Amino acid sequence: MSSWEVVIGMEVHVQPKTKSKMFCGCSIAGLNEPPNTHVCEICLGMPGVLPVPNKAAVEACIKTALALSCEIPQHTKFDRKNYMYPDLPKGYQISQYDLPMSVNGYLEVGASRVRIRRVHLEEDTGKLIHAGDKLHKASESYVDLNRAGVPLMEIVSEPDLRSADQARDYAMELRALLRAIGASEADMEKGQLRAEPNISIRRVGSQELGVKTELKNINSFRALHRAILYEVDRQQQALESGRAVVQETRGWDETEQRTFSQRSKEFAEDYRYFPEPDIPPLELDRAWIEELRRALPELPSVRRARLLDQLPAAQVAVIGADRDLADLYETAVAKGAPALATANWIVNEVAPTGKLMSGEYLAELIDLLQQGAVTRDQAREVHLESVETGRTPAEIVAEHGYSQVSDPSELRVLAEAVIDANPKAAADYRSGKKQAMQALMADLRKRAPQANPKVANELLLKLLA
Amino acid sequence: MLARLGLEPGDEEFYADQLSGILGHIDRLQQLDTEDIPPTAQVVAVASRLRDDEPRPCLSQEEALANAPAPVNGFFRVPAIQEET
Repeated sequence: MSSWEVVIGMEVHVQPKTKSKMFCGCSIAGLNEPPNTHVCEICLGMPGVLPVPNKAAVEACIKTALALSCEIPQHTKFDRKNYMYPDLPKGYQISQYDLPMSVNGYLEVGASRVRIRRVHLEEDTGKLIHAGDKLHKASESYVDLNRAGVPLMEIVSEPDLRSADQARDYAMELRALLRAIGASEADMEKGQLRAEPNISIRRVGSQELGVKTELKNINSFRALHRAILYEVDRQQQALESGRAVVQETRGWDETEQRTFSQRSKEFAEDYRYFPEPDIPPLELDRAWIEELRRALPELPSVRRARLLDQLPAAQVAVIGADRDLADLYETAVAKGAPALATANWIVNEVAPTGKLMSGEYLAELIDLLQQGAVTRDQAREVHLESVETGRTPAEIVAEHGYSQVSDPSELRVLAEAVIDANPKAAADYRSGKKQAMQALMADLRKRAPQANPKVANELLLKLLA
Repeated sequence: MLARLGLEPGDEEFYADQLSGILGHIDRLQQLDTEDIPPTAQVVAVASRLRDDEPRPCLSQEEALANAPAPVNGFFRVPAIQEET
């Protein structure tokens, strides 16, 4: 029996960076505040209101489309996607159907090119809270419409992804891109980036697509990866035991680490799309688009290629994945900091903690470290304190009297004193018990914590030789 | 829906004539050449009306819920919505 090939297409919903909602002036800030406090006549779907698209959302969508090398048609329009569900009080969602904002792009993920089918704009839905639980059927649900009408970009890929790893890398690359161009914060845990993989499997060599399932409720890249692995395994088991895969939407249960059936898609849903009569079509100004194209910053893939000329791949994998880290690295290096030492510091000390300092300060800190003016531990302290207080590393070092003593003539006096004070350890070392050095170094550090350990150790070795 | 209308005996011919007339009229529309005419999504001549991204005051929670028959703790209350499983 031939083995299986995994086929994944991704639908990613991204909340563009705006201050107000997609079609009304309700503020985006504080959506987790008490329910129904960020709503107005428009997002509540009152009769007779006129939705007007948010220019910043349109701009973010165009920038995203450009960064994904999409074509941006001259004409685009909004449509009503009709469905009856209380998370949207209008009875429809304003979305885009046959004339989306952009089509036919691609994103480079590692060595492969993933085709982008379309990027369009729509509005988010409200939040439903179901009373009751799994065992007790609820008799009512509660609706909070703070989220209703928040702008969303939907980025749809072709089914070009072939593994859970690749799907996760695609989502991560997309996040890096969105952040780099300033289109979205794209924080998955805040729901600003929601990845919904469409998964099917087929026999290797087959050209036909298998029956797919769509996964929802995925809140992290790790969950995305695990959910796909689980789902592929589930489909494989079904097909190998002669059962069929049912076309449906499945939710990812983070606690139980499994997917569960949410909604059958056996019959194509009929959303009765039709043009939104209340919003005039968009005729996108070519000059505006060109202006946005020119203003696009360097894209992550290009920047990574440039970083690879200076740094090993492992460091680039961390620094190149985050705009802030890459900016920090490049400013520090521009201030004269050595490339590899700076990169290592960022990978080990900044990336895990998220404690960003200015490139100028980092250059100063790396310089202090390289001169041997501070130990690594001290440098770490200085770093944290500088981030907290905003003072320069040199100021902090001076104030704490951190400055490391590396002067051999000064340390020689100290080393001699240590040997005099520990005659037994010194004798042990001379007679071949190398581990006696540890006791001598410990005493030395107790007497003078600021002593450069490397220089002091060399002096002890010389005196005992 | 038309098939559900109950007709008095004898009226069939009368309505058959009317219906044929209506269908004939619609047939005339089919004769028009619409090959090069884009679908009409809008009848107004404005385009690209966008709004600057400036937040404006929202309704208060009380105002937002004023039309709701049975709000609870600031939420709209609706009959239970269960995802089909």
